[in-house]
Amino acid sequence: MIRSQRINVLQHVPFLRGILKSRLFQPVLTISTLFFFTLAIVTGLFGTPVGNRNFGIVFVWIVWWGLLIILLVPFLGRLWCAACPIPVPGEWLQRRGIINRRKGRLSTLRWKFPKRLRNMWLQNFGFLGIAIFSAIILTRPEVSAWLLLGFSLIGIVLSILYENRVFCRYVCPVGGFIGLYSLMAPIEVRVQDPAVCATHTPKDCIIGNEYAYGCPWMVFPGTLERNTYCGMCMECIKACPKNNVVINLRPVGSDLMVAKERRLDEAYKAFIMLACALLYSVVLLGPWGWLKQWANMDTLPHWLAYAGVFLLANLLLLPGLFTLTTLLSRRLGGIQLPLRQLVTDYAYTLVPLGLTAWIAFSFSLVFTNGSYAVAVLSDPFGWGWNLFGTTESAWTPFGSSLMPFLQTGILTAGMLFAVNTAYKIAGQYTPDPRRALRGMLPIAGFITSITFVFLWLYLG
Amino acid sequence: MSRVQKSFAWMRQHWVILIGIILAIGVMTFPIPQITDPQTRTITLDARQFEFAPHRIHINKGDRVIIQFTASDVVHGFYLDGYGIQERVEPGITKQIEFVAEHTGKFRYRCSVSCGSLHPFMIGELVVGPNEPFWRAIAFVIVSVITLIAYQFFSKGTSYEHATLGTSPA
Ligand code: SF4
Ligand code: SF4
Repeated sequence: MIRSQRINVLQHVPFLRGILKSRLFQPVLTISTLFFFTLAIVTGLFGTPVGNRNFGIVFVWIVWWGLLIILLVPFLGRLWCAACPIPVPGEWLQRRGIINRRKGRLSTLRWKFPKRLRNMWLQNFGFLGIAIFSAIILTRPEVSAWLLLGFSLIGIVLSILYENRVFCRYVCPVGGFIGLYSLMAPIEVRVQDPAVCATHTPKDCIIGNEYAYGCPWMVFPGTLERNTYCGMCMECIKACPKNNVVINLRPVGSDLMVAKERRLDEAYKAFIMLACALLYSVVLLGPWGWLKQWANMDTLPHWLAYAGVFLLANLLLLPGLFTLTTLLSRRLGGIQLPLRQLVTDYAYTLVPLGLTAWIAFSFSLVFTNGSYAVAVLSDPFGWGWNLFGTTESAWTPFGSSLMPFLQTGILTAGMLFAVNTAYKIAGQYTPDPRRALRGMLPIAGFITSITFVFLWLYLG
Repeated sequence: MSRVQKSFAWMRQHWVILIGIILAIGVMTFPIPQITDPQTRTITLDARQFEFAPHRIHINKGDRVIIQFTASDVVHGFYLDGYGIQERVEPGITKQIEFVAEHTGKFRYRCSVSCGSLHPFMIGELVVGPNEPFWRAIAFVIVSVITLIAYQFFSKGTSYEHATLGTSPA
């Protein structure tokens, strides 16, 4: 495990440890977001059906989405999960408390979550299931509200059945991609010295103590090497009597190189996210009205055809093309590795590419539609209120002349990072840098071609 | 080592990147000549839920554009990115929009009057040729990726060694 190139933030900003050790840290975040979440559901259910006039649509799918994918995930990884309101009612029920650590175990039925589902597949299919309805969810306040409410209810049910955040870890469709893309973040929660953990048998961070709960994400910080499943809830910082858990700054994308934890379910998440960024750019940002109508379910056969192609592109077309590319890479580089494993490993090159593609997509979405938020703040239900005097503020897209530069810049950065990652991954399987380079070339070609497609969609 | 010597040592090591940066600046600033004479283009543009017909318009820089803007179902709007032109039209009425295409690139025209559920995604594309931003972006991407691969080639595995840090082999 790499321990160099890390800056321990808690050492440089000592008062931060005090804040993170406080039991108020997470409740302050979650209670604030829960307020907006509840407002989004209530406005969605009872407010105007006009999406761009409804708080539930504008604040969830433009403001929150923009913050999440442009700022939070790239810079702070999973920190959103520490603030997320969705699993909060369930967690409070389990804990029978909000702030203080109650004595005893969590109140649940203590069922065991099926082993076969302890991976990202549920999140993959959940995301796709939502994605095929996205044109409807993103524009109909009521549907969007039911979806959010549904998430929260599933969270509550799972919290009653199972201990800890089973919903976040294995079910939440948003959590899946946040986890994958948090591999890129320049920040991590890790132990400072794994040797201390190896000899510290009480393992307060797993079982909890009077100050904190055991890791709600079912992770052992002592061996944590990647961000994917750490919800940054900071319970282990509170729990660890040795003060061994810290927050590090680190080089961007460090986790991509942790070879032993690469898995096919995560690889598929990378395929799905990249394919969805492409398809959303075509359907939502493209000029093809008929396609939008099909996605919008103008007729059932149209929507079925759309959903079929959408799923095919996600589950077969993109992974299939990538597998062919990997086959070529294996031949050129002479890499002796089963194809499935090499595809899985190389799929992590699509993490930086996918993340920057989503950022490029979101620049367009957020910069164009962000101004709706100003009006909606004053009139969240669209009932004609004027709370802050901004209801009449006009829709004003901004940054459109900057957009080509922003999108080209971010896509190029993602592409270069992805190509470099491909070289490093190839290098993990061959001691000869020249062979690694040869092996990486087809993957570099794939990544560059995908970048061209995005550029064509946005600028061409 | 003096600062100058350090800079030279760095350049010797990273000359590929320097060439790449020079080429990238070159492709971003190289003047692209205008090959066509400006014309007057009259375009009939119809808006209906949730599309424009035509959904894509090609013109050239310097062209004078006259758009006859109509709506065939409900009230729609027209907002042209990059030009800031805005208009509103009701069914049965034709509005005329006139402008000179001064900037090259792809500019989206969008409905600017709330017209239904998919209103925020009602988009058309005006491409003002030669589409400099697009071709420069493509050239920039090609230069960048070739520079990176050349750097990896000439650095003979330094990136590879770096990669093995933090790696737990499968
Ligand atoms: S409580 Fe602290 S020292 Fe003990 S195992 Fe957990 S992180 Fe390591
Ligand atoms: S490892 Fe620590 S910060 Fe991460 S989820 Fe577990 S308890 Fe929370």
